[in-house]
Amino acid sequence: MILWLRRNPGLAGILVLFAGLYLIYHMLHPRGFTSAVLIQNANESVAIAFVAMAQTVPVLARGLDLSVGAVMTLTGCIASVLVSGTPLEILGGMALTLIAGAAFGLINGLIVVQGRIPPIMATLASGAIAIGLALLIRPQPGGEVDGDLGWALTNSVWDFCDTYGLAQGGAAWWVRPFADLPVPLILLFGTACLVWLPFKRTLTGRTVYAVGSAEAAALASGLPVRRAQLSAYLLAGFFAGCAGLYLAIQTSTGNADTVQAGAYTLNSIAAVVLGGTALMGGRGGVIASILGAFVLRVISFYFRILDIDPLLQPLIEGLVLLLAVSAGAFAAFNVRNRLELMR
Amino acid sequence: MQAKDQPLLEMRGVSKSYGGVRALSEVNFSCHAGSTHGILGENGAGKSTLIKMIAGVLRPDAGEMFYRGQNVQFASAAEASAAGIVCMFQELSLIPDLSVADNICLLRPPRRFGLIDAKAQRQRAEALLARLHCEDLDPRALVRDLSLSRRQMVEIAKALAQEPQLLILDEATSALTRRDVETVYGLLGELRSQGVASLFISHRMAEVDALCDRLSVFRNGQHVESFAKGAKSEAEIVRLMIGRDVTAKFPPKADPVPRPVVMTVQDLSWEGRLKGLSFGLGKGEILGLGGLDGQGQKELLLALFGVLKAVRGRVEINGISGLPTSPYAAKTATTRLALVPEDRKSEGLMLALPIADNLVAAAMDRVARGGIIDRAALAATIAEGIARLQIKAGSPEDAVATLSGGNQQKVVIAKWLMIGPDIILLNDPTRGIDIGTKQEIYRMMRELADQGKSILFYSSDYAELSGCCDRVIVLYDGQVIRTLEGAAITDEALVSAALNIGQGAAA
Repeated sequence: MILWLRRNPGLAGILVLFAGLYLIYHMLHPRGFTSAVLIQNANESVAIAFVAMAQTVPVLARGLDLSVGAVMTLTGCIASVLVSGTPLEILGGMALTLIAGAAFGLINGLIVVQGRIPPIMATLASGAIAIGLALLIRPQPGGEVDGDLGWALTNSVWDFCDTYGLAQGGAAWWVRPFADLPVPLILLFGTACLVWLPFKRTLTGRTVYAVGSAEAAALASGLPVRRAQLSAYLLAGFFAGCAGLYLAIQTSTGNADTVQAGAYTLNSIAAVVLGGTALMGGRGGVIASILGAFVLRVISFYFRILDIDPLLQPLIEGLVLLLAVSAGAFAAFNVRNRLELMR
Repeated sequence: MQAKDQPLLEMRGVSKSYGGVRALSEVNFSCHAGSTHGILGENGAGKSTLIKMIAGVLRPDAGEMFYRGQNVQFASAAEASAAGIVCMFQELSLIPDLSVADNICLLRPPRRFGLIDAKAQRQRAEALLARLHCEDLDPRALVRDLSLSRRQMVEIAKALAQEPQLLILDEATSALTRRDVETVYGLLGELRSQGVASLFISHRMAEVDALCDRLSVFRNGQHVESFAKGAKSEAEIVRLMIGRDVTAKFPPKADPVPRPVVMTVQDLSWEGRLKGLSFGLGKGEILGLGGLDGQGQKELLLALFGVLKAVRGRVEINGISGLPTSPYAAKTATTRLALVPEDRKSEGLMLALPIADNLVAAAMDRVARGGIIDRAALAATIAEGIARLQIKAGSPEDAVATLSGGNQQKVVIAKWLMIGPDIILLNDPTRGIDIGTKQEIYRMMRELADQGKSILFYSSDYAELSGCCDRVIVLYDGQVIRTLEGAAITDEALVSAALNIGQGAAA
């Protein structure tokens, strides 16, 4: 375990930072260490965590996706149209929303890989297109996302079972240990475990890291470089779609909010950096970025309980980001060979 | 049915051009299973182009390639590797951020349920590393944390993991320690007895001689001749390669004279890699740094050039005590220092920038007036640099990456000569470059020494040390273990000192 953390310094650092911040938060909170607070916090963190996951994959392959926030907005609007009606229609609508996100990511990938357009430009443009499409679908905020679904997915496991009459309404013995866990967290980590962790262990997933680390060497070694780059953007689209779907279910509406899309994109990069993923690619991972997103959120939670002027929030968030990133740079002071700093 | 004497690989009339420049023209070449085939030629002779084509990285403009009797056209390195053609490129093809095990099993990792099986992969890596006598390498370590020589062993393990039928080694042993070279020799013999063909490219004649049973010489993109080993003398081969007679490999040494000391180093220590080094460097002297790879030679050069922090010990350069605090301080001090670094691609050059910009990178102040670059002075300085080292370049505005390895190294050297250094630190400057350029570098070193410059010269090739140096200090575990001078500098003495065994014991 200790060895594993030493090999993943980014993940270890963000884990300690998040655990510390969140523990203190609960101690300061009047209703700290309750399921209700956990569920509320989880609901506020899931969308940004999904977007941070989305950003991580292209960054690992030495790319960048400036459209993740916009794709989240677009898929949210799509979900607000499709996710309602009979259970079958709801499930179909959810699937279509995620497919739309992945398809948009794939198009991003094709533009970057086949069109050889720098990722910053390609995704800046495609992000604007995504916002445009979102505005076509939802000129005004609105939509009727299934209410039961909204309740079931944004509360505890017990509520989920209760809503759909599963496992004896949540009373079954095997649900008991998890009954108080927030469903959003299960969705988030479930997606990470079922999609990201297996992907990381495929040849394509390994190639994503290889491309970010040394593209020429990856190519000369005969690795599937293009496939890896394409799947990096595809996964980014898929995770951004997860964020959009969740946001629509949570708010039961779709809203083509341009400002929100931009803020989510920028925060996703901040979360990726906080999680210790190298912006030059090759090092890092999705789980650390989720924790990075959580840290960003916890900072904002503090404002609520400590009664700080909300106008100060951006200032303090910026300082914390700078401090956290500097923590990773302290190692540089101990490097006795200046050339090592350049590597 | 495959005839017994049918070549494993045959190329007929293969040509390749880059933007109008002929890299290979009408080459016919073949090699057989169970043979180790040496490929010789100067820089720019077309060796790299040839092997890149065989390995599927480049596609020929014209001509045909037959592999196991089949006409083949590989679209990618992956296709060639699937057919059993594995190439170890001169520029390492490892992924720095992946572990040793990941790198070794990079292309065809063991899988369970379609996913990479980390445990099986580690075991496979361990087995391969054990075969290479590299048990000290942890398969979980990241490649970025390994030294150059260890990386090269990982590269060899990676090639082995692909179970090659045709193995191409391009300068694969250039950074290896002597012990590892022996291991690789043994391995190549083993592979040969299993019917694997190897194409071996090396600038070290002794290696080619020891390993290969057949040799092919290339010159100016043409296949000059193939012959069995021993059919020609070394001098004949060199003549074939460069198309002219070479009288002496090394320039004659100066007669030993008392030299005023320009630099004294006492008790130099750093981070457990340098452990109390002491020596002096004379004016106009070529002082060699000998010893096995990784005994502190590179750290010593970096320390003298102000790259390392927290170095302890006393250093006096022309009466001024103290080490330079940074490379900038080193090159601007009263006694100017220059360092030709180990890795020309990352530390020596800005690959994507023009040759011209690279040449003046260290001497910008010489062509600027009041902070503004004087274009006429710049052009003159660049022309002077190119002429001085006879760099074969199309236009000074071409990216330095377009030059061959030897010419790139000349750019690095020319860049540092422009600041008019008094002490020149050379870190293995001839690694991976051709004989012709090597000889030019030897000659230039001697000329500089005759002009009163002092040279500290590290080389992993013992023949170079004995051929070029007035004096050699042999390093072992961060200390000077022996000093050899004049006629006492022989290959045998260098080896025995490097291994820290008694004088004469190895001879």
